[in-house]
Amino acid sequence: MSFGPHLLLAFLEGLVTSAVLALTALGLSLVFGVMRIVNVAHGEFFMLGAVVAWFVSSMVGGHPALGFIAALIVSPLVVGAVALVAERLVLRRLNYNPEATIVATIGMLYIIQQLALSLYGPEARPVEAPFTYRIQFPWFGYSGYKLAVVAAAIALLVATWFLLTRTRIGLVMRATQYDRETAQAFGIPVDRVYAGVFAFGAALAAIAAVLIVPISQAHYLMGRDPLLLSFIVVIIGGLGSLRGTVIAAILIGLGDGIISAFFQPTLAKMIATLLVALVLVFRPQGLLGTAAR
Amino acid sequence: MKAANVPAKVWLLHAAVILLLAALQFLLPAYHHGVLARIMVLAVFAMGYNLLYGYVGLLSLGHAMFFSAGLYGAGLTMLHLGWGVPAGFVAGIAAGAVLALVIGLLALRTTGVAFMIVTMMFAQVFYLMTLYYGDWTRGDEGFVLPQPVRAIAIGDWRLDLSDPSTRYWAAVALFSIVLVITAAIARSRYGRVLVAIRENEERTRMLGYDTFVSKLVAVTISGTICAASGAGYAVLFGYVGSTFASVQYSILPLLWVLVGGAATTLGPLLGTLFMYYVIDIASGYTTAYLLIVGVALILLVLFFPKGVLGSIRARWIGWLP
Repeated sequence: MSFGPHLLLAFLEGLVTSAVLALTALGLSLVFGVMRIVNVAHGEFFMLGAVVAWFVSSMVGGHPALGFIAALIVSPLVVGAVALVAERLVLRRLNYNPEATIVATIGMLYIIQQLALSLYGPEARPVEAPFTYRIQFPWFGYSGYKLAVVAAAIALLVATWFLLTRTRIGLVMRATQYDRETAQAFGIPVDRVYAGVFAFGAALAAIAAVLIVPISQAHYLMGRDPLLLSFIVVIIGGLGSLRGTVIAAILIGLGDGIISAFFQPTLAKMIATLLVALVLVFRPQGLLGTAAR
Repeated sequence: MKAANVPAKVWLLHAAVILLLAALQFLLPAYHHGVLARIMVLAVFAMGYNLLYGYVGLLSLGHAMFFSAGLYGAGLTMLHLGWGVPAGFVAGIAAGAVLALVIGLLALRTTGVAFMIVTMMFAQVFYLMTLYYGDWTRGDEGFVLPQPVRAIAIGDWRLDLSDPSTRYWAAVALFSIVLVITAAIARSRYGRVLVAIRENEERTRMLGYDTFVSKLVAVTISGTICAASGAGYAVLFGYVGSTFASVQYSILPLLWVLVGGAATTLGPLLGTLFMYYVIDIASGYTTAYLLIVGVALILLVLFFPKGVLGSIRARWIGWLP
């Protein structure tokens, strides 16, 4: 394959990564933006989404699409519920103190990971894609499902944007993000908004995981890379900024796809992490963000 | 509380703890004897972490890199350059000190959550480096320092650090020196400035203290102590591997300090001792020891944020260091 098609393939792969990353990072960004806490367990919610998807789709018989659709509905609900319980039992009692929540979410990370290892096992298991149509380019065939993932992610991002900017729920969320105390004074149930946002953020990660699981299998350690990448995306995009998050996800996803097609992955990861750390040191508001509010 | 008696009491307490640890050398059965030596070396790691987290209130998630800088600084120079134990040990500490100074200069430009993320990322880069340069570090698998390398020979007199008894004495010595250093820092004027920064950095700056320099010095001392622990681990136990650079080893000292009590001089030892045995005993029944770490972190931060010694100090013994 010559350079042009090779680049196109890398671009397409990067696009799929970007799509899934944008959804995952959006969940992290929302939680950070509205609640001002860092959820270190976010990657584990992603992993939990994939594992639940495997359980659901292996229980539903018949056409693979049935199992997949069932997973797409059940998995975010289950993960959202888990996050809701965690939020009510732990984070609320900590009064959302930033450092205490970090320690507590590290604890959650270990608990979820170990439970997945004990109950699900160390194997990586696939979920069958709902359809196996291949798009034939002149140079190579490409999975139609992967492009469907990109389309689904775009649809979800638009829906989230609509939710945030055009509905009452979004208004309440933005008000809470802007000024917690004033929102409370105007009768917004800040406490319930926090619970909802935390669950919603986890559910977004779960949806991203269900979408990706037919491509890469469900495994109990699969939450690590999405966590780090989401952190990177949220930082570069500016903490708590939706538009920045999406743009950064596309940049990082495409960059990751293209870099790892041409360079050694450990070296690429090393340089990327170092660059992001330096961005955070010298431009704490992110590359695209304006000054922090 | 009578102010005049406090320093005497504090130093007596520390002396008693050191004497007790030394006496346990003759009392413990072989297995626990070895475990306690390891705990003392790891407690040094926790003490280094405590200096930054407990006294200055800076939550770092990257201290594994300082520990492993000491570990690799000692291990690599001894394995590849044929350096002796003292030179390797010093090389490890120097590597940690330089790294801590550089990381401090960069990371202290940020505060709060950003500081935590930045330190975690630098540590991640360090971890990936130990994997990338696998030709020398042997990556995940790690390498073992052979027994002859780990002996000090001065004339005819030979000190074999792989001998359990010698190793125990060396661990007691390392632990005692660092304990005295941290206790002295905590009681010094400088230590009080650190606590002032933790309580209210703005006000401390207003009083005329250069808080950036104070914090930078604290990061450097903390990193150096952690590196001493890592270098000690390499020469005493002879194993060097990249697991020690992973994020898990940044979280463990945090856990140990939280259990024992942040900003207490003896808390790190107590926390390390307790958690080491909890995990040791639990791993006899289940492989899911990380589950215990996770549950412990959540329960501590929810119900017991001051840790054991911190609670005792708040409730009963106000002079506890």
